[in-house]
Amino acid sequence: MIDLLSQPWPWYIAGPVIGLTVPILLFLGGKMFGISSNLRHTCAACNFGNVAFFNYDWKSAGKWNLTFLAGTVLGGFLGGYVFANPEPVNLASATIADLQAMGIQDFSGLVPNDLFTWKSLGSTAGIIVLALGGFLVGFGARYAGGCTSGHAISGLSDLQLASLLAVIGFFIGGLIMTYFIYPLIL
Amino acid sequence: MRFTEYLKYLFIGTGFGFVLVKSEVVSWFRIQEMFRFDSIHMYGIIGLAVVVGIISVQMIKRYHIKDVQGNPISIPPKDSSQVTRYLVGGSIFGLGWALLGACPGPMFALFGSGLTVMVVPIAAAVLGTYVYGMLRPKLPH
Repeated sequence: MIDLLSQPWPWYIAGPVIGLTVPILLFLGGKMFGISSNLRHTCAACNFGNVAFFNYDWKSAGKWNLTFLAGTVLGGFLGGYVFANPEPVNLASATIADLQAMGIQDFSGLVPNDLFTWKSLGSTAGIIVLALGGFLVGFGARYAGGCTSGHAISGLSDLQLASLLAVIGFFIGGLIMTYFIYPLIL
Repeated sequence: MRFTEYLKYLFIGTGFGFVLVKSEVVSWFRIQEMFRFDSIHMYGIIGLAVVVGIISVQMIKRYHIKDVQGNPISIPPKDSSQVTRYLVGGSIFGLGWALLGACPGPMFALFGSGLTVMVVPIAAAVLGTYVYGMLRPKLPH
C-alpha cells in the first residue's frame, strides 16, 4: 500500500483521475473547476486600490474554491512529503540532454535544485524563473480568463471554443519561452 | 457554507493535489519535456483528463443530471468572440508556464510538498492578477 502511494502514477491512470474532478465538482456542488480564480479571490479579499475588477462578493464566490485550494496544498504535502517518491523523475533522455546543455545539473527531485531554492533568488536566473514566471502565470491566467484547469480541463470538457483558443495561446507562449527565451536565461 | 461543505471541497482538493504530485504534473522537468515533445506523459494526462471530462459533461447535459442538492447543473458558456483575450492572455500565461514549469494548481501542491520557496511565485502570481485587474480597462479583449 505504501508502495502504491509512494510510486509515481502512470499517465493513463492519473489523466482520468484528474478528469473526474470536473464531474465530481459539478455533481457535488454545481461548481466549475478552475484554480486561478483563487488568485482573483485573494486580490478581491485585499483590494487595496479599490480596483473595479475585484469589487465583488469574494466570500460567496470564492470560499469553496479557496477551500479546494487548501486541499491542494494538503494533497501536495501527502503526495510530495509524506509519501514522497525517492526516485528522480523518469524523464526522456532527449530532455535530460537538452537541460544539461543549458546547465541544469541536479535531476534528483520534482524540480531542479539549481533554480528552486531560496538561495537561487540571489541569482538573475532564479529571480526570473520564480518571480517573473509567477507574475506571467497570474497575469496571463486572468487575461485569458483561466489557467490549465479552467480552460484545458474544464473548458475543453465543455467543448468551449474560447478554451481551445486559450490552450493554443498557452502553447504559443510555452514554445516561444522553451525554444527562444529560456536558452538566453540559463 | 456549512462545515460539511468545507470538508467536501477540502477532501476533493486534497485528492487533486495528491494526483498532481503522483502524476509528476507538478514537475518543472515534465513541463520542459512536454514543450520539447519528448514524451507522451503530459499529453496523455491532459488528453485523457479531457476525454473523461467531455464524456461526463455530455452525460450531465444529455440526462439533465441534477447536483446533490437537487439543483440543475448549468455551465455558463465563455464568450468566444474575445479572440484577442484568449490568444494574447493565453500566450502570456504560456510564457510563464514554461518559465516557472508550474501552473496555478502545481504551484500550491509544490508548496505543500515542502518547497517553501514557492511562496515567491505564488505571491508574484497574485501580484500579476492584481496588475491585470488594474490594467483591464486599457487592455484589448
